[in-house]
Amino acid sequence: MELHELTIHELHEKLKNREISSVEATKAFLARIDAVEDQVKSFITVTAAEALKNAEAADKRIAAGDMDVLTGIPLALKDIFLTEGILTTCASRILSGFVPPYDATATARLKARGMVLLGKLNQDEFAMGSSTETSWFGKTRNPWNLDCIPGGSSGGSAAAIAAQQAVATLGTDTGGSIRQPASHCGCVGLKPTYGRVSRYGVIAFASSLDQVGPLTRDVTDSAIMLGAVAGYDPKDSTSVDTPVPDYLQALTGDLKGLRIGLPREYFIEGLDPDVKKAMDEAIATYRALGAEFVEMSLPHTDYAIAVYYLIATAEASSNLARYDGVRFGHRNQDARGLLDMYMVSRDEGFGAEVKRRIMLGTYALSSGYYDAYYLKAQKARTLIMQDFITAFESVDVILTPVAPTPAFRLGEKADDPLQMYLSDIFTIPVNLAGTCGISVPAGLSSDGLPVGLQLIGKHFGEETILRAAHAFEQATEWHKKKANI
Amino acid sequence: MKITREQVEHVAKLARLELTEDEKALFTGQLDGILAYVDKLNELNTDGIVPTSHAVPMENAFREDVVAASIGIEKALANAPDRSESFFRVPKVIE
Repeated sequence: MELHELTIHELHEKLKNREISSVEATKAFLARIDAVEDQVKSFITVTAAEALKNAEAADKRIAAGDMDVLTGIPLALKDIFLTEGILTTCASRILSGFVPPYDATATARLKARGMVLLGKLNQDEFAMGSSTETSWFGKTRNPWNLDCIPGGSSGGSAAAIAAQQAVATLGTDTGGSIRQPASHCGCVGLKPTYGRVSRYGVIAFASSLDQVGPLTRDVTDSAIMLGAVAGYDPKDSTSVDTPVPDYLQALTGDLKGLRIGLPREYFIEGLDPDVKKAMDEAIATYRALGAEFVEMSLPHTDYAIAVYYLIATAEASSNLARYDGVRFGHRNQDARGLLDMYMVSRDEGFGAEVKRRIMLGTYALSSGYYDAYYLKAQKARTLIMQDFITAFESVDVILTPVAPTPAFRLGEKADDPLQMYLSDIFTIPVNLAGTCGISVPAGLSSDGLPVGLQLIGKHFGEETILRAAHAFEQATEWHKKKANI
Repeated sequence: MKITREQVEHVAKLARLELTEDEKALFTGQLDGILAYVDKLNELNTDGIVPTSHAVPMENAFREDVVAASIGIEKALANAPDRSESFFRVPKVIE
């Protein structure tokens, strides 16, 4: 097996046993990036020199016996995570020259464990999109089929794993932005509970929804990465001060008596036949593993997209007010005065999808419309959250598809924002409820595209969904399938 | 029509976005479609429902008010599009 095909835990064993050095592993990944990046375009910035320096430092740590499971492992980060001294753009022209003066907490925690940073990954601009087509730096392609989108917004984070350009990556998930690209690229994507991982130094999109999580080759790696970044951070007042369990301990393989809910609103007529087939097979696998199925309802599912596109855009319009050309970011130098400078710099700096969402959010918050749109959406959000809280009184895990279809073709939905928004129907409710969810490879479509399975857990129920995901993975071969690139 | 071109122009001004004529036309149509879609929330009776702004129960997050080091002037100004001494420089505010 090639070095660039290995998981974190496999590579860790080889590093620990001195079969290879971190420098060798890092060079293997840099060579792999060189070989496939022209086709996939997962990265905005490749930090080759930095990576080799990290690898040398990691090899010293390993030689000194100061080794963590992530020491010397080549990783990459979505370009939404601040990295001190390394260009961080959030895929926007408005941040096209921004070099952060400090690290995100997630970045700092991985650095402290001795990661090797290969670079910064492409995404939708400001994480607003489901296809990674809105990046100012060009589109990322799906390694399974270069004519298809990798999903989004963490499309580069998923494609880099499918194309074996990094062992594991971090993404962010506001409405499905980790789980949906993971599903489309055949990797494991985890959105932790709101508050589980610090967002300090993560460029904000919608602050009541944004959450950091890993994209990995398998569930064991997902547990490792979550354990590395999770936990209270005094610099993020929304991070929750509860102990971080040892997530690896949760992967027991025992599903006897696990109650899995099947929400009828997610298994609708007209579900893509490839997705339906994968779900039917997954249910049979879980039955064989000793799980029990419970038919249930999440009655307000149909309102989730409307709620999301009011709340997320309202919060975005406020968060993105900081890009004014004064302190950092793009500034139009010919502006005739301060107001003109704001207006022209922002018009030039933001792409169409970002402007559309700022407009919608500003409208929903504006005088005379606040009650009808924003407040109404916040009340409907309560009903959606109650659906989940009620459901988890009688089930341990909820099983659903991740996306209604496998990856669609580039350009297919680019001109129709509403159609693009509707493709997030199965992932958005989890963000609104603030619970956790994981996407696991569960099949291949008739066209050879990956199909993911979503397991939703209750608030801080990461151990249960990881256990259920891991048992499924051990019983199937889907996570071993590789993109032909 | 849920939203008119005049409203789009007003909202663009509030959002500090200098939209082109083409963008105004495009966004008027697209926002109209999206607003028509979100109207489905009116099917829901939300009388007496408490709005949710935070999905995880939390008390206020207080910390001790102690003096701590900051990143310093040079780092803070490192990304400034324009600066003068230890200040961010902007175009004239008052003509």
